[in-house]
Amino acid sequence: MNAQTIEKYFVPEPSIYPIIGSISLLLLGTGASFWVNSLAAGPWITALGFAVLLYMLFGWFGAVIRESETGKYGKNVDSAFRWSMGWFIFSEVMFFAAFFGTLFYVRVISVPDLGSEVGQIFWPGFKAAWPSAGPHATEAFESMTWVGKSTLAIVAVIAAAAMLTFAHGPMEKGKKGQLQIMLGLTLLIVVLLLASLSVSWVPVINTALLLASAVTLTWAHWSIRQGNRGQFNLFLALTLLLGVVFLGCQVYEYVHAYSELNLKLTSGVYGATFYMMTGFHGLHVTIGAIMLAVMLARSLSGHFTKDRHFAFEAAAWYWHFVDYVWLLLFVVVYIL
Amino acid sequence: MSAVPHDVAHGHDHHDDHHHGPTGLMRWITATNHKDIGTMYLIFSFIMFLSGGVMALTLRAELFQPGLQVVQPEFFNQLTTMHGLVMVFGAIMPAFVGFANWMLPLMVGAPDMAFARMNNWSFWLLPPAAILLIGSFFVPGGATAAGWTLYAPLSVQMGMGMDMAIFAIHIMGASSIMGAINIVVTILNMRAPGMTLMKMPLFCWTWLITAYLLIAVMPVLAGAVTMVLTDRHFGTTFFNAAGGGDPVLYQHVFWFFGHPEVYIMILPAFGIVSQIIPTFARKPLFGYASMVYATASIAILSFVVWAHHMFTTGMPAKTQIFFMYATMLIAVPTGVKVFNWIATMWRGSMTFETPMLFSVGFIFVFTLGGFTGLMLSIAPVDIQYQDTYFVVAHFHYVLVAGSLFALFAGTYYWLPKWTGYMYDEKLGKRHFWLSMIFFNVTFFPMHFLGLAGMQRRVPDYNPMFADFNELATVGAFGFGLTQLLFAYVIIKCIRGGEKATAQVWEGAEGLEWTVPSPAPHHTFEVPPVFEAKGHHH
Amino acid sequence: MTNNAALLMKKTVQAAAGLGGIFAASATWAANSKYNFQEPASRMAADIHDLHMWMIWICLIIFVVVFGFMFYSIYAHRKSKGAVAAQFHESTTVEILWTVIPVLILVGMAWPATKTVLAQKDTTNADITIKATGYQWKWGYDYIKGEGEGIAFVSTLSTPRGQLEFGEYPGENYLLEVDNPVVVPIGKKVRILTTAQDVIHAWWVPALGVKQDAIPGFIRDTWFRADREGVFRGVCAELCGKDHGYMPIEVHVVSEEKYAAWVAAQKQKSAAPAAAAAQPAPASAS
Ligand code: HEA
Ligand code: HEA
Ligand code: CUA
Ligand SMILES: [Cu+2]
Repeated sequence: MNAQTIEKYFVPEPSIYPIIGSISLLLLGTGASFWVNSLAAGPWITALGFAVLLYMLFGWFGAVIRESETGKYGKNVDSAFRWSMGWFIFSEVMFFAAFFGTLFYVRVISVPDLGSEVGQIFWPGFKAAWPSAGPHATEAFESMTWVGKSTLAIVAVIAAAAMLTFAHGPMEKGKKGQLQIMLGLTLLIVVLLLASLSVSWVPVINTALLLASAVTLTWAHWSIRQGNRGQFNLFLALTLLLGVVFLGCQVYEYVHAYSELNLKLTSGVYGATFYMMTGFHGLHVTIGAIMLAVMLARSLSGHFTKDRHFAFEAAAWYWHFVDYVWLLLFVVVYIL
Repeated sequence: MSAVPHDVAHGHDHHDDHHHGPTGLMRWITATNHKDIGTMYLIFSFIMFLSGGVMALTLRAELFQPGLQVVQPEFFNQLTTMHGLVMVFGAIMPAFVGFANWMLPLMVGAPDMAFARMNNWSFWLLPPAAILLIGSFFVPGGATAAGWTLYAPLSVQMGMGMDMAIFAIHIMGASSIMGAINIVVTILNMRAPGMTLMKMPLFCWTWLITAYLLIAVMPVLAGAVTMVLTDRHFGTTFFNAAGGGDPVLYQHVFWFFGHPEVYIMILPAFGIVSQIIPTFARKPLFGYASMVYATASIAILSFVVWAHHMFTTGMPAKTQIFFMYATMLIAVPTGVKVFNWIATMWRGSMTFETPMLFSVGFIFVFTLGGFTGLMLSIAPVDIQYQDTYFVVAHFHYVLVAGSLFALFAGTYYWLPKWTGYMYDEKLGKRHFWLSMIFFNVTFFPMHFLGLAGMQRRVPDYNPMFADFNELATVGAFGFGLTQLLFAYVIIKCIRGGEKATAQVWEGAEGLEWTVPSPAPHHTFEVPPVFEAKGHHH
Repeated sequence: MTNNAALLMKKTVQAAAGLGGIFAASATWAANSKYNFQEPASRMAADIHDLHMWMIWICLIIFVVVFGFMFYSIYAHRKSKGAVAAQFHESTTVEILWTVIPVLILVGMAWPATKTVLAQKDTTNADITIKATGYQWKWGYDYIKGEGEGIAFVSTLSTPRGQLEFGEYPGENYLLEVDNPVVVPIGKKVRILTTAQDVIHAWWVPALGVKQDAIPGFIRDTWFRADREGVFRGVCAELCGKDHGYMPIEVHVVSEEKYAAWVAAQKQKSAAPAAAAAQPAPASAS
């Protein structure tokens, strides 16, 4: 306990934004309840809720940014932000854990149970296999499985992720050469992954995109630590671009799935898990991309210094989290 | 121990002595002060407790005798469900967060919670959630009647009230996660110099671990109810065998949340009791370190016992045995806690003011509930207990005589610090004794009902269960009325009475007792230097 | 009303007097289903009952010992009696002791419990297999294997339901009686397959020691071997909607001869559906 003993912890003034946020969530909750029950007012109330939410986000984050830029946050506040971002990401991990657990359960327990010997009493003739839309499936569909050289892909994905993780070491120590080698190798793996393209190219491309975005993001981080704002902006923008292309690919994938594979949200438990998992992931990519965009805008208007840029780091943590979730998704949803 | 209560010389009749922000209603709406927010949490949770209580009394009235006299079955199920949801998410959890808000900064010597503005939002998310939840009674089809566990596929059959409950749970979850993050960061990041983790008051420890549980499991609950939502409206088949899903999957996801949830409701209670017993035994807490480890063990074990709620769903013998053993193990760290409390009392110099009475009552009756929990954990026998009133008895022993009694104890303990006045000791003691007696009259007979074969969640029953049900209903009304006495004691204390000193209790220790009573609006703006009195090292 | 109040008073006093000693005395009341499990009618139910009593006794002993210490302390170590607080607050020895001893006690509980679980889960080699299907809100039964194979019927609550005035008590088997009970022979291993059409239900007959959730779309199983004749009543034990409280289960355990006769009658009935007047089930032999 050193600096903080004298440092006065910043406690914000009373604020109107939380209650605005609450009003927005009340509207969203009510609106959504109405909407899913086909009440005419539903979409309108929901839209209003979103509008209020946007207003609140702008106001609240605006206040935080102002406070930060006017130097109100000391070291202690900074470490508070670090703790909180870490725990927040942990809560997100647990949210995804619920769905990964679900996928595991249906594949390992419920579908095999339904196709088992006793299961035949209820569902005569049903054969357990994955992908499955269950014993009562009415329409045929094709799955999104990536039928490529799966082992190679898993190894490549893990290697690339490991590379990236290790790249942090040289970065912390400021060893430019090593860092560049690490990042270069990651990119190489990404290219290899691309080269092993097979029938369903979207998930592979997407994996490559996100891995590449992790590289550019780390590069951006490294740039700001060197105080090189121009390069920081460039690589941040590149990361954002990769993220947006990812989302574009995902939209394409969904369209393709609906129109050509007849794979829908209602395609039994395969469709349900596929869309819920990739969908929630896509939502998180969107949120991460918005964060990065805000960081880019802030950097362009002169925020962040080479020593103080936690907001950016938080966004980067979030992006890496989204990245790792994708890698896991890629393996368990598409490959296995 | 030295604190820096500035301006001690000024009068402290009102909180707002040093309050410079907005006044009137806006003071509360825009509050960033942990004490104001704590107060709001406590008031909110008490209102929810009364609402949940009124629902309980209505269902007890229906159960007074066989036959249907008061409500129809469908509405009865709505009442049961909403009673559970309101008590768990509206009363008990927010009450503990209220305590955390009020006391944690004072205990660790911080000027406020780490994120004061977010703290406000954590609180103000609760009223919208409550509006959605309670409002669902008034929409077509009424509130959800699927039990507080919201088991699919019954919850998939429900009307619009179910959707409102789902969104309410999302909002309360967000509130809990933000609140928990705030608590973790406050404890880890804002302790006064000199206060190492192993010197923190135990209440801080229990809340730190509880917050961790909250962050880990609330998102899982959100995932579970989200899947119910998509099964209801978007044609997914997570919980529908026809599409390859499984109703039991819902139970797994729910209880992965649900079991840690019950410890979320008891660990802070352990913390409160661990503050109070040493004070009134005038003796340091026995086995501080083992208390910390025991709390952590309970929390860790709580992640691997969830399927003890599902012994009748039909799982393989090996799975049953695993979950049975893991569940039984929890008795060990919980026992360590009980023994440590008793060892703290042993050869102390005890007095029995209301907080101590409630704490001793807590140990005694909670342990009874713990023992029935242990009986439930024996898988082959739980087959017979499951979904009967024996389970209802078990969890009211741990929740009412556990969580709620600890909340009462904590309220009496810190009330003088909050209001600046001593409460009426005579009435407080009366509140304790009446609560204790009526509690047992209400819930003890439920053990017999369950063993003899009365299932849960039914509005009507065979006449052989009539007498115990009558007794329970009489007890419930007595218990309910007694709580009005509690409200009276609080209001009386807020309005005035004997002035409280800073120390309040002779044997009390900790930073909170170094600031005046009532605690000024702002405390510890400059961190105090904490020197432990050589106890726990 | 006054009558009622007086009755209630009496019962309150009776029950209150009983409260303290009730656990201790529960063994003697085992036969009286009011305070404890119903009298077992199968080996499994008896094992469960024994295990349950074993748990109660252990817990009771620990409870008395632990709170003996506490209440002694409360009595002896109070300030008003001039007690001066000791200052000890640690002892590794006792901490280890009160961690290890509970573990040993738990082992003593887990051992018999494990054996019972394994027996409970063994549904092989059944003589008769019956499928019980939960519906909102009735039970459907199909005898799918063994003597009686092919018999199928639906079983619904037969209690007249209606509003009762306060103080008006319904009949003895109120809510526990059905039109078509399940009939099984004594001494035979009966395997029950449970499933459901709509939501989860649970098939529970306390005296036989079985409770098994009935999960829509899935088949689960349990078994029992009744060792005495009689009528055993149970209820649906999983919240299944509005009339969850109104879908009881009634099992008649009869001698083998009576069972054969019942099977024959049922077969005849289904052969001549025109004469569908409900065949009364054989009442319990006892
Ligand atoms: C505060 C809440 C709380 C707490 C603390 C507990 C504590 C425990 N609970 Fe409970 N429980 C609930 C709330 C809680 N429970 C709720 C709400 C439900 C029902 C949910 C629903 O279905 O709606 C439930 C249901 C429930 C079930 C499922 C019953 C069923 O539906 O069939 C089981 C089964 O194992 C169980 C077990 C336990 C155990 C083993 C503990 C243990 O933690 C208890 C440990 C404590 C002790 C054992 C006493 C002290 C120890 C000693 C003095 C040491 C010496 C002792 C020995 C060595 C024996 N609980
Ligand atoms: C979390 C804490 C908690 C608390 C504190 C309580 C408190 C009480 N509970 Fe329980 N209860 C649950 C949690 C809790 N409960 C849960 C989780 C369930 C399971 C739900 C399910 O099955 O899904 C349950 C289920 C449950 C049942 C089983 C219902 C069923 O299976 O159908 C019963 C039956 O008696 C019951 C009774 C009571 C009673 C009498 C109280 C008493 O302690 C209440 C005390 C009464 C009051 C506090 C009222 C005070 C107010 C007044 C006297 C009037 C005031 C007037 C105005 C406000 C105008 N509860
Ligand atoms: Cu069927 Cu409850
Ligand atoms: Cu549990």
